[in-house]
Amino acid sequence: MNNTIDPTPTDWNSPEMQKRIAKRYASEKRFKLMGLSAVIMSTAFLIFLLITMLGNGFSGFQQTNAKLEIDFPSMTGGASAQSISGDGADAAIRSMDIAGIVAIAVDNQYGDLAKDMDQTLFSSGADRRVAAMLKADPSLVEQKVVLELPADAAIDTAYKGDGLKKAEELTQILDEKGLLTTEFNLSFLTGSDASDPAEAGIWGAFKGSLMTMVITILLAFPVGVLSALYLEEYAPKNRWTDLIEVSINNLAAVPSIIFGLLGLVVFLSWFNMPRSSALVGGLTLALMTMPIIVIAGRNAVKSVPPSIREAALGVGASPVQVVFHHVLPLALPGILTGTIIGMARALGETAPLLLIGMRAFVPAAPSGFSEPSTVLPVQIYLWSDEVSRAFVEKTSAAIIILLLFLMTMNAVAIYLRNRFETRW
Amino acid sequence: MLKKLSLVVVSMLALSACQDEASSGGSGDARNELRIVGSSTVFPFAKLVAEKYQASGENIKAPVLESTGTGGGLERFCEGIGANTPDIANASRRIKKKEFDKCQANGVTDIIEIQVGIDGIAMAQSISGPDVQLTVKDVYAALAAKPFGKEQTAEKWSDVNPALPDLAISVYGPPPSSGTRDAFEELIMEAGCKTDPAMKALKDSDKDLYKETCHEVRNDTKFQEQGENDNLIVGKLSANPNTMGVFGYSYMEENADKVRGISMDDNAPTYDSIASGDYPGARPLFIYVKKQHIGKIPGIQEFITEFVEAGVADTYLAKIGLIASPDDVRAKAKAAATDLVTIDGSELQ
Repeated sequence: MNNTIDPTPTDWNSPEMQKRIAKRYASEKRFKLMGLSAVIMSTAFLIFLLITMLGNGFSGFQQTNAKLEIDFPSMTGGASAQSISGDGADAAIRSMDIAGIVAIAVDNQYGDLAKDMDQTLFSSGADRRVAAMLKADPSLVEQKVVLELPADAAIDTAYKGDGLKKAEELTQILDEKGLLTTEFNLSFLTGSDASDPAEAGIWGAFKGSLMTMVITILLAFPVGVLSALYLEEYAPKNRWTDLIEVSINNLAAVPSIIFGLLGLVVFLSWFNMPRSSALVGGLTLALMTMPIIVIAGRNAVKSVPPSIREAALGVGASPVQVVFHHVLPLALPGILTGTIIGMARALGETAPLLLIGMRAFVPAAPSGFSEPSTVLPVQIYLWSDEVSRAFVEKTSAAIIILLLFLMTMNAVAIYLRNRFETRW
Repeated sequence: MLKKLSLVVVSMLALSACQDEASSGGSGDARNELRIVGSSTVFPFAKLVAEKYQASGENIKAPVLESTGTGGGLERFCEGIGANTPDIANASRRIKKKEFDKCQANGVTDIIEIQVGIDGIAMAQSISGPDVQLTVKDVYAALAAKPFGKEQTAEKWSDVNPALPDLAISVYGPPPSSGTRDAFEELIMEAGCKTDPAMKALKDSDKDLYKETCHEVRNDTKFQEQGENDNLIVGKLSANPNTMGVFGYSYMEENADKVRGISMDDNAPTYDSIASGDYPGARPLFIYVKKQHIGKIPGIQEFITEFVEAGVADTYLAKIGLIASPDDVRAKAKAAATDLVTIDGSELQ
C-alpha cells in the first residue's frame, strides 16, 4: 500500500536524528561504564580480601616469647651434659620430667604474678621447646640459663593488641619488665595441627595438599588428555559418542559433594583404601577434575587448524604421528589452561574431602600417600571453628599460605603454557 | 618440547612411586595409629589427651581424630571391626540400645564403656545478688523466643512465675557458636519446654517446629550474648548483682568467691547433684572402645588410661572445662580401662 520510497535523503541535522545519534552514543557509554564498574568491583573485592587476610594473618607468622630462668643444676640434682647426649638422649631427656622443671621455674620467677592474674604464662609447647633446646645443646643442663619460650595464647594475642583485658594487664606488666620478645614463628611453617594455637602449624596440611594434588594431576591429566584426543581425533561420530559427550559435560557440573559420596563408597567401602589419606583424597578430586580437563582439551584440540593435520598426513605421517607430533603440542597451551582451572578448583575443595575423613585432627605431617592427612582448605575450616581467638590469626595466615600455593601452582602452569604456545 | 613435559611427568611419577614405596610398609591391612571419631563436645578433651599420649613416648604415631558428632561417630563405630573402622567413639550421651544392637549385628560385640567426665551447664548469679530459686520451666518461659509457641512478653521474673521476685530478667549467656549454648538449649530450655504436654506432643508431630519453639533463645536485651569466654561472664556478674549468667559448671566452681549457682528444680548445681544427674544441666561424657581392636592396633589401652587418669580435678582437662565424674564412677571407669570390662547392653535404653 504505502511502499513508495521516500526520495529525500536523511537529514542528519534534524533534531530527531540528532536525538537518535545521542541515544546511540549514550547507550554505548552506558555499556562501557557498566563493564568498567564490574571490573572495578571485582578488583575491589579481591583487594579487600587480600588486605584483610594480610592484615589479620601477618601476626600469625609471629610468636610472642617470654623469658624464663631455669636453674638446671639445682633442679635436676646435677645431671651432666653427657648423660643427655649420644644414643639414649631422647629417653634421658624424657625421663627428666621437663614439665615439672618448667612448672617449678615458672613458679619461682612469676609465682605471685601469675596467681594473682589467674593466667597461664607459657604455652604447653614450652616443655617440648626446652626438651628440643637440651637436645641441641646438652651443656645447658649444667647451667643456670634464661630461655625464651613460647607464651600462652592469651598473652600472645594480648601482646599483639587483640587480647582480653586481664591478659592485657599482665602483658603490660611483663612487657615493662622487658620479659616479652617477638620472633618469627618458625613452628607455624614446620608444625602440624595442635590444640594449642602457639604450637599449631601449617606444614602437615600443606604437605597433605601437595600430595593430594600430585595424585590428582597424575590421574586426571593423562586420562583427561587421552580422552580428549580420542574423542576428537579417533572416535566415530555416532549416538554413543554423543552420549559420552553429554555425560562428560554433565559430570563437570556435578556438585563436588557428590564426588565425595562416590569416593566414600567406591574407594573406601569397596576397595578398602585407607581413610583420610592423600591417596583417596587425590583420587576423589581427580574424578572431579577430569571432566574439566576433557572439555578444555577437546576445545583446544578442535581449535588446531585442519591444515596442520592435512599437511602432516600429506608428507606421510601416520595418524599417531599427526596427533603426537603436531596436534597435541599445538593444543597443549589450551589443555594446560583447562588443567589450571581444574586443579585450582581441586586445591580449594573441602566438601568431598569431609566425606572421606580428611576433616580430622591430624597432629603429624603425613609421611606417605596412604597416611592420614588433611589439606589446607580443610585446615582453614577446622581452625576457623576453634574457640580460642589466637586461632583467628592462624586461620588468616593459613589462607595466605593457601593463596601462595595456588599462585605458585598457576605460575608454573602459565610458564609451561607460554613455553609451548605457538602462534600462526 | 613434548619430551620435556614427559620428563616432568615421569619424574613426578618416580617421586610418587618412592613415596608409596616408603609408606606402604605400615598401613596395608593394619594401622598403627589410633582412629577416634565422635562428639564435638568431647573433641577438645580427646585432642589434648591424644597430644599427651603421643608425647608420652618415642615413636608413637599421632592418633587421628574426627569430630563427627555423637550419632555419626557411633554409626561409624558400629560399622564393624577391622582397620577401616574407628577404634574409639566419643559420645556426649550414652550409647542407645538401637546403636548397641547395630554394633552387635555388625560384629562389634565387645564394647568398653568409659565415662571420662561430666559436662555441666550452670546458671549462676553474683554472691551479693538476691537469692533466686528457679525451675527449668521458669527459665524456659523467661528466656525462650516463643515460650510454648506464644509471644515472649515477660519483662520480670515475676511475670513468668508470681512466686519469683520482682526482678527484671537479665541473663548473660554464650553465643550460638558455643557448645555451652547447645547444651543449655538441650538440657535446660528443652526440659522446661517439655513440662508442657502440648509441646511433648509437638515433638512427635512436627520435630522442626518443636526444636524451634523449645531451643530458640530470645533475641533481645534480656538475654545478652557475651562471646565465647566464660570468664568474662563471671566478671560481669560480680559487677551486676541483679543479672544471671549461663556458663560451664567448672567456671562457677572456680569462682565460688564471686558467684553462686542458682538452684534449678530444687537442686543447687553442686558437684554431687551434677554427678548424680539430679541437676538438670548435667550430662555425662563417654568414650566407647572396641575391645576387639586392643592388641591389634597399638596404643588403645595407653590412650584410654591417659584419658581416665586425666579426668580428675586440676588436670589439663579440668583447665578446659571437664568435670571429673564422682569417685565411684571414676573407679568404675578406671576398672573398665584396666580390666577391659565390656558392656552387655542390658541397661541401655
